[in-house]
Amino acid sequence: MSMPIGDVAPEIAVILTAVIVLLAAAFTPQRLHWLGAPIALAGLGIAAVLCAGQLAGPPRISFSGVWAVDGAGVWARLLIVAATALVVVLTPGWFMTDRRHGEYYAMLLLSTVGAMFIAGAADLLQLVMGVLLSSVTGYTLAAYHRDWALSVEAGMKYFLIGALANALLVLAVTLLFGLYGATGYGEIAAAIGSAPAPAPQGIALAGLALAVVGIGFKLAAVPAHTWMADVAEGAPAPSAAFLTVVPKIGAAIALARLLTLFPPEVIAWRPLIATLSVATMTLGNLAALWQSDLRRLLGWSSVSQSGYALMAIAVVGLTEQALPALVFFLAGYAAANVAAFAAVTHLRGRTNIDDYRGLATVRPGIAAALTLALLSLVGIPPLAGFVGKLLLFWATIDAGYAWLAAVAAANTVASLFYYLRVLGPMYFHTETHTVPSLGRWALGGTIAAGAAIIGLGVGAQALLAPLASTSLLP
Amino acid sequence: MLTVAIVLPLVAAGVLAIYAGAGERSARWFAVAVSAVPLALLTIVWLGFETGRGAPTFQWVAEAPWIPTLGVGWRVGVDGIALAIATMSALLFVAAIAWPAETQGRARQYYAWLLFLEGVSLGVFLVLDLLLFYVFFDLSLVGMYFLIGGWGHGDARGAALKFFVYTLAGSLALLLAILALVLSTEPLTFDMRELIARQPLAGSQMRGGLVLLGFLIGFAIKTPLFPVHTWLPPAHVDAPAPASAILAGVLLKMGTYGLVRIPYAMMSATFARYALVIGIVAVVSILWGALVAMAQRDLKRRIAYTSINHMGYAVLGIAAAGAMLGGEETARRLALTGATVEMVAHGLITGALFLISGSFWQRTADYDLEHYGGLAGPAPRLTATTTLASFASLGLPGLAGFVAEFQIFVGTFAVFPWLAAIGLIGIVITAALFLQMLQQLFAGPLPQRLATFPDLGRIELAVLTVLLALVVIIGVYPAWLLALINSTAEILVGGSGTH
Repeated sequence: MSMPIGDVAPEIAVILTAVIVLLAAAFTPQRLHWLGAPIALAGLGIAAVLCAGQLAGPPRISFSGVWAVDGAGVWARLLIVAATALVVVLTPGWFMTDRRHGEYYAMLLLSTVGAMFIAGAADLLQLVMGVLLSSVTGYTLAAYHRDWALSVEAGMKYFLIGALANALLVLAVTLLFGLYGATGYGEIAAAIGSAPAPAPQGIALAGLALAVVGIGFKLAAVPAHTWMADVAEGAPAPSAAFLTVVPKIGAAIALARLLTLFPPEVIAWRPLIATLSVATMTLGNLAALWQSDLRRLLGWSSVSQSGYALMAIAVVGLTEQALPALVFFLAGYAAANVAAFAAVTHLRGRTNIDDYRGLATVRPGIAAALTLALLSLVGIPPLAGFVGKLLLFWATIDAGYAWLAAVAAANTVASLFYYLRVLGPMYFHTETHTVPSLGRWALGGTIAAGAAIIGLGVGAQALLAPLASTSLLP
Repeated sequence: MLTVAIVLPLVAAGVLAIYAGAGERSARWFAVAVSAVPLALLTIVWLGFETGRGAPTFQWVAEAPWIPTLGVGWRVGVDGIALAIATMSALLFVAAIAWPAETQGRARQYYAWLLFLEGVSLGVFLVLDLLLFYVFFDLSLVGMYFLIGGWGHGDARGAALKFFVYTLAGSLALLLAILALVLSTEPLTFDMRELIARQPLAGSQMRGGLVLLGFLIGFAIKTPLFPVHTWLPPAHVDAPAPASAILAGVLLKMGTYGLVRIPYAMMSATFARYALVIGIVAVVSILWGALVAMAQRDLKRRIAYTSINHMGYAVLGIAAAGAMLGGEETARRLALTGATVEMVAHGLITGALFLISGSFWQRTADYDLEHYGGLAGPAPRLTATTTLASFASLGLPGLAGFVAEFQIFVGTFAVFPWLAAIGLIGIVITAALFLQMLQQLFAGPLPQRLATFPDLGRIELAVLTVLLALVVIIGVYPAWLLALINSTAEILVGGSGTH
């Protein structure tokens, strides 16, 4: 059997880039470490091209059934690469004076590979490997400012909850393996379908539930969501942008892929996921309402956005609109959340909401980018977030889960309140004060992410047309 | 043509927002010039609009694909109702932009937001795509939010926040209803003409009822109807006067226009089943708005509540027009035409009244009626315009309000006689409250501190003259307006039974 190396070529490209960056960091003086950024961007660009090439081929399972190359997976990996590229652009300004500036890019790229593995995994062990790689590097990214208490605390909390969640995931894998005698998705699906005697319901349900919690940790879904606000607040701003976005993209696809193995008549997981979705979006929103810290607020808002993403997962397979909805929503969310954190990064991590007063007068461009990001998170047309939410509502109503769409709509109204708590003072206070900011890199990242928000919204057709026929294996 | 009317103000808004060199004067005249273009274009469209029998319902149609995967396209076109309201809106925007406003040193941003709002408001009335309709409907909230919050007075930020959150709730109800409506079509389309022709939910009681409920919630909040009107008074009182005029004159119409365009036209069977309920809500709004307005001491708040009253008339007319699928065609057509004229008249009259209230605020920063008196002496021009606008608002024959309300009530009497009778009480109360307001402001002794109260300036007078001249013309010679609206009302009333 030949090894279809091409199917993981994007991942290999990213890993090689990480190695190159690491070597470059070791052999160049600190002041040249910013060179890691262009190298990383080049590597990510190559990976993106390789990913795009996979879209042309038919959906397939390769590497003896552990790796899925299907529409949803490839699009997710493309998104992961693109979002990482935006984060890379934010990095040089932020870490310019950090002694370990160069290594940061390597860590970022390895974490990216982890997320890509999660998105493409078609085998429980492959999934665990991706989750662990993504987690271990994630802890490091969160705690990268080791002299700063908040950053260390963020890494610590992320690690503690992650250790628990990853353990649960491994436990889930054990249970499912014991039950079905295989870890490959194809074999599990076959085992479920052909079992002469139905497998013990309780164990199957427990295994699946534990897996949902384990993957939900990466997604910051209830109940493993608590790390999100701390990471958003305490991690270096580029790390926060990365960790609130990139692992989620992989995890959402992985969750959808795993759940579709189980016919709903064997395990009624749809109501379970719908409930999780409601709990996640509501809890995130309620917690965000009165935050006085913008980064914390964005963290909680990010939890609630995961709740919306779960809407699509709850109805995946019931309507052909579910997968496009999921992928497009993730794309819009990624653009908006990265844009918001890019603005924060550019303003040197300024985080108290009160410090954003009058920003529109002093820095209209950055204020506009932040405004676009927050309005897109609300779902105001014609921004990316609007199309994403539209598709989510569409999919849930089409699948007969109109109540879920109604709950999400109510949550959206509530969320507008806290986004406006940031936006209003930005525009309606006219007192001016000096606002220090980072250099061109972060500004460029902010503009790029802001442009993506508008582009994805107005030019939605460009992404929706290929997504319409997207597939999810097995 | 219509596309230009929508896009040009949006582009101009972008230019103003970015181009930092524009000063107060140049920004204002640039904005006035830009806003006059859609008015001119819509006038041309009006002149070219065919009203004869057999003329197509939607004219000046243009289409371009936008998101074909979802059945969404850039589709514009007008019927008589849309054209009447859109043209009135375009005129009101010119008036609001020309109005001398206190821009607090941010003239560029102020006029940019007004132009933005003009583009999206015209978009709501001119598009023929349901999703595009929602897009513009929602964007109007954003524009108004920034106008109220940025240039309002009093607790402007609180009022803006309440406005945005409240009306976004309505918008989302609307979005869910739109999706549920569209998803019941096969093949999927957001094309309004298709949806009107297909009547997608005609056969399903339960789903039809729920979808209608979604639309009603969405439009009732926007209109606003009792009991979801509570966002309106603070938004109006704390908004700058031109924004108030736009809010009352244009944004509220989106609710009633939407009611006619979507549930009335696209699900007429379901609408007919619940028309009585809608009529009752409308009558409650009529009475509630009038009674609460009567109790207000605050000038602007009083006008704001009369808006609830007047929009109630419009909704009553729409409910009567849609109450049955066949029969009473003449009466129902009268009711629908009256409702549309009410929208146009209310836009002109209340727009003028809110601009006038802005004149009061700019001179004294005070809306309390009891602090005024005897202004007929120092301010004769202000007295004349206010009196004319108030008389028009209370429905004096010979003015636009009368034309509208007369038709609504005549039409409604044939369908819902009791509702019409109760609704008439509203007119009496409105008359009383306006007369009492005029008396308070202009008669009686002149307080000492108002002795130097300046009369209306040149621009103020010119703007009000144009608006009120139209009110008089519609009142005296309404045929040109009625012909336009009637041509569509005939199709809607006559055609809604045959599908």
